[in-house]
Amino acid sequence: MILDDIYTELIAEHSRSPEHRHHIDNPTFTERGHNPSCGDEITLELKVADGKIADASFTGVGCAISQASTDMMIELLKGKSVEETQRLANLFLSMIKGDVTDEAELEDLEDAAALKNIANMPARVKCATLAWHTLNSAINGRKG
Amino acid sequence: MSSNKYIRDFPILNQTMNGKPIVYLDNGATTQKPDSVVRAICGYYGGCNANPHRGAYELSVKATDIYESARAKVAKFINAEKPMEIIFTKNATESLNLVAYSYGLNNINVGDEIVLTILEHHSNLVPWQQVAKAKGAILKYIYLDQDGNVNDEEIDSKITEQTKIVALTQVSNVLGLVNDVKKVADKAHSVGAVVVVDGSQSVPHMKVDVKALNVDFFAFSGHKMLAPMGIGVLYGKEKLLEDMTPFLTGGDMIEYVEEQTTTFAELPSKFEAGTQNVGGAAGLSAAIDYIEKIGFDEIERIERELVDYALPRLRELPYIELYGCNSKKSNKTGIVTFNVKDVHPHDVATILDAEGVAIRAGHHCAQPLHRYLGINSTCRASFYLYNSTDDVDRLIEGLKKVRKVMHLDS
Ligand SMILES: Cc1ncc(COP(=O)(O)O)c(C=O)c1O
Ligand SMILES: [Zn+2]
Repeated sequence: MILDDIYTELIAEHSRSPEHRHHIDNPTFTERGHNPSCGDEITLELKVADGKIADASFTGVGCAISQASTDMMIELLKGKSVEETQRLANLFLSMIKGDVTDEAELEDLEDAAALKNIANMPARVKCATLAWHTLNSAINGRKG
Repeated sequence: MSSNKYIRDFPILNQTMNGKPIVYLDNGATTQKPDSVVRAICGYYGGCNANPHRGAYELSVKATDIYESARAKVAKFINAEKPMEIIFTKNATESLNLVAYSYGLNNINVGDEIVLTILEHHSNLVPWQQVAKAKGAILKYIYLDQDGNVNDEEIDSKITEQTKIVALTQVSNVLGLVNDVKKVADKAHSVGAVVVVDGSQSVPHMKVDVKALNVDFFAFSGHKMLAPMGIGVLYGKEKLLEDMTPFLTGGDMIEYVEEQTTTFAELPSKFEAGTQNVGGAAGLSAAIDYIEKIGFDEIERIERELVDYALPRLRELPYIELYGCNSKKSNKTGIVTFNVKDVHPHDVATILDAEGVAIRAGHHCAQPLHRYLGINSTCRASFYLYNSTDDVDRLIEGLKKVRKVMHLDS
């Protein structure tokens, strides 16, 4: 396990001073997500207008990976169509499963691609995917 | 004690984790098993396996003997009056649920009080919430003093004439402090309540005498005391167990079954429905032998030495916050709980993992306690008889790297 591949400057930055950790006005969706086994908690706020993510933010506490992953996800999704968020969510989850490793393909994930190495750390997969699963539940209902 | 002679008996600890010799400091979650326990389990399945009680042949008699002698050994180990007061379960959680459902549901009524401490593991908390909800009872909590010990005044004020059940842990799995169970039991009995004790974190580490403590029910898990997973114990006073309805029903726990009615077997079979974990009981029996061979004086001495060695070294690190480490009562077991400033416990655990050091991170199944302490989660290093000061050194060395890996310090 090479820690420097996981705890990169970028992830430290996103977890220490997350740009999107705040509330937004009148969110369309407010969705809580948590990892009961470890205590990561986030509340995702999404404002959807004209089929697009008009605004998004989160609050919460948790490990660097869960918090950075949430911040990077929001950064990526703002302004994207809801449809596109679904494609990116699938791409991110495939990356974490280790199914997609092609750098070019992962470019669409922007900063979030920095979590690629979590694929080699089963103990931390849930931390990385919490935000994305919470997004799926917000958009698709509980079954997501 | 830079190294430890008992580690020889635990070949599993002779491996590497992430390329470094493993340091196992998650004994509060589960302990490793010595060779003798592994051999006892293999010996049972390799030479004595049969369904106990049900077969009229020699092998079944052998299995029955193993099972019942394990029961007798457990009874002696915690000084129960009779082996029939020992019910085998799969773990402490099942034992506590058995009491909640078979005793709690039948003896609690609207407006009655169930008193817990805020220290409780979810296993000794959620079942009582369920009982309180089902019966319209009131759940009350005893809170702590500044050091993390149960507040003595709260024992007196929270346990009242309305209290029917007091449930508490003997040792907190987060703070590692030993509660004065005898004092709580005396108070509970003075108002006619029964006392239910979670011994999961005490039985492996200190001599427990259920008669001297005068507790009514006492629960613990085998896997935290060198025995395999899947075998646990509920001790209950005979009279109370006699009057209780069965928890699970079915095979082996009956006397006569008619089309519409059933009479139940005597203790302890009444509470042991279905085929039991005989291999687990054989392992538990061997674990007790191993512990008794070393003795609790020695086990306590080792754990105390490790805590006394760890605490000053942790206090030297300005970014470490300790919990439950200031008790003036010298009632601390081998559990050290802490946080690294500005770093979440998960990340600490991952960084230590990379150094070959296994600790636990999270809320340790004690969310109400963490909320009460105003913290989200913690790191826990928990020692057992095979740990050494070398292990503590490795922990400290690992902790020194944490903030750097997180880009907090250069
Ligand atoms: C104090 C305490 N009670 C109960 C339990 C539950 O034990 P088990 O999971 O073996 O039922 C534990 C173990 O995590 C514990 O530490
Ligand atoms: Zn996490």
